[in-house]
Amino acid sequence: MTYSKEFLENLYRMMLRIRLCEESLVDPILKGEIKTPCHLYSGEEAIATGVCAQLEKDDYIFGNHRSHGHYLAKGGNMSAMIAEVYGRSGGCCSGRGGSMHLIDTDHGVMGIAPIVAGTISLALGAALASKIRMEKRVTVSFFGDGATGEGVLYESLNFASLKKLPIIFACENNLYSTHLPIDEIRTNRDIYRIAEPFDITSFRVDGNNVLEVYEAAGKAVDRCRNGNGPVFMEFLTYRFRGHVGPDDNVQGSHTDIRPEAEIEAWKKRDPLSIFGTYLKENNVLTDSGIRAIFDEVNKEVSAANEYALNSPKPEKEELCKYVFK
Amino acid sequence: MCSSKRNLNFGLAINEALQQMMAADPTVFLIGQGVKSPWYVGNTCTNLVERFGEERVIDTPVSENAMTGAAVGASIAGMKAIVVHPRVDFVLYGFDPIINQAANWHYMSGGRSSASVVFWLIVNRGGEQAAQHSQALHSMFAHVPGLKVVAPSTPYDAKGLMISAIKDNNPVVFIDDRWLYRTNTEVPEEVYDVEIGKGIIRNAGTEATLVSFSYMAYESEKAVEEFTQQGRSIEFIDLRTIKPIDENLILDSVKKTGRLVIADGAWKTGGIAAEISAIVSEKAHAYLKAPVQRVCLPDTPAPAAGSLEKAYYRTKDDIIEAIKKVL
Repeated sequence: MTYSKEFLENLYRMMLRIRLCEESLVDPILKGEIKTPCHLYSGEEAIATGVCAQLEKDDYIFGNHRSHGHYLAKGGNMSAMIAEVYGRSGGCCSGRGGSMHLIDTDHGVMGIAPIVAGTISLALGAALASKIRMEKRVTVSFFGDGATGEGVLYESLNFASLKKLPIIFACENNLYSTHLPIDEIRTNRDIYRIAEPFDITSFRVDGNNVLEVYEAAGKAVDRCRNGNGPVFMEFLTYRFRGHVGPDDNVQGSHTDIRPEAEIEAWKKRDPLSIFGTYLKENNVLTDSGIRAIFDEVNKEVSAANEYALNSPKPEKEELCKYVFK
Repeated sequence: MCSSKRNLNFGLAINEALQQMMAADPTVFLIGQGVKSPWYVGNTCTNLVERFGEERVIDTPVSENAMTGAAVGASIAGMKAIVVHPRVDFVLYGFDPIINQAANWHYMSGGRSSASVVFWLIVNRGGEQAAQHSQALHSMFAHVPGLKVVAPSTPYDAKGLMISAIKDNNPVVFIDDRWLYRTNTEVPEEVYDVEIGKGIIRNAGTEATLVSFSYMAYESEKAVEEFTQQGRSIEFIDLRTIKPIDENLILDSVKKTGRLVIADGAWKTGGIAAEISAIVSEKAHAYLKAPVQRVCLPDTPAPAAGSLEKAYYRTKDDIIEAIKKVL
């Protein structure tokens, strides 16, 4: 498949936006300036970027605790997200959600919430809504390998298949369910096969290669859009930061869980490096072109952080606002 | 608008609410186990599939968690979902979408999204069904911010509250009691609301206040009638909504009578009766002339044996005894 220079640059720009945005939170977290639990998406950028590049603005996504990347890739506003992480009124949830509850309904980011597998059935319902309304809209449910331990996933797979709902079950398998390696939660690593008994088409994809993600997601979106959904996708990937916060396996803290050699091996498969190399080898971008994009994104991230820090904190008089509509 | 008087039973009153709201608004749909089966839902869903099709009247696999979540998700995506659990006991599988998701949704999104969904839960007990087919769990839902909880006792209120619940922009738990499905009272044919959060004085009185709702309101009516026949004057409030609770209606009555009995068809500890008692203690303590009496289920699971069931469930006689204690 051939792609335009502009398209490829945009993919790279989006991945870099996610990476630099996440990394900009590291110091403030370590200094205690950000207190909301942040599950950083660094290392997994190719998945959100590649999948969301196949979606229309009207399509829906639902996410989980590690969803900064999903929010940004679907078009969510970076400044509003960082302000939310800082608990400010200018946040995308006016400081009521924090890092783990993000929303931008104008861009189809319908809901992000951290109960493991909790938003899978919500995505199922959104896809059901599309079916009842006879729309062409597609819904993507992002969740992790840990969610494969929750019964609601299997209930949702069954119902989605039964009703041929336009939903993509997007499992980001980063090999760890908080602290537990995948071999301690399952008898095999073949997560993509859990969809087979439900007669659901499934793909397993290299989640660190954005073009592979994009192309596989294209097939999945087409199936859903044409009324042949659902589709299950397993993306193989790895998080570069801790389960929560920057540090639990990178800085040798007491919560260290992952073998150093494993981390190093995956760092060599950094999705940004893989794609950067591809762009250079195919003469899409030069080093200076990449540098220009980096500078541009860096400015955006700095401006977004500045916006967040200048945004007022919610007033205590507004504590009970929003309980009911 | 039809002005002729007409009676309907409780189930058909709900059916009429569903028929009228589904006809008026194409985003309204019903999902849940047994919507095609009178064995599950009585006559509440009669002719819904025939009229609105299986796309909008969805009988489901036994998957309470995902089906409840799907109703919430569809509502977030702009539909008006009604999800029915023909036995409230099974909704315990669906607590995550109700409490973690729907109840919190509007707050945690800073008002940018809400789950306008009706959780219709039917208490279905008696008949030696025992512990897992008999529970009344309304106080658990009333505890949670972001949920409204209604519990009608008459066909009129069942229709009006179902309509109000469907129209509401928030998640509403609509709990009814299968023991009420035999009741038959006047129900207007037109679409009407019963305002959520408003109780009603079913019998004005001066000597004591009796507060109840749902099936125990039915028993309370009978108890109050006996006092009336003896020339006594009991004020009887049917709450109709238990969250948000109609505080002023209760407080105004207690300030007048100085005596309070609460009848709730659920367990005593941590229940609605305890909540009402606390509200009165906080805001009308000086008016009380006697200790508050609660008529509730004992803190015991529902038994199977008929002889034990008789000892377990509260009736008008228990309410009469409690009222005598405060008079």
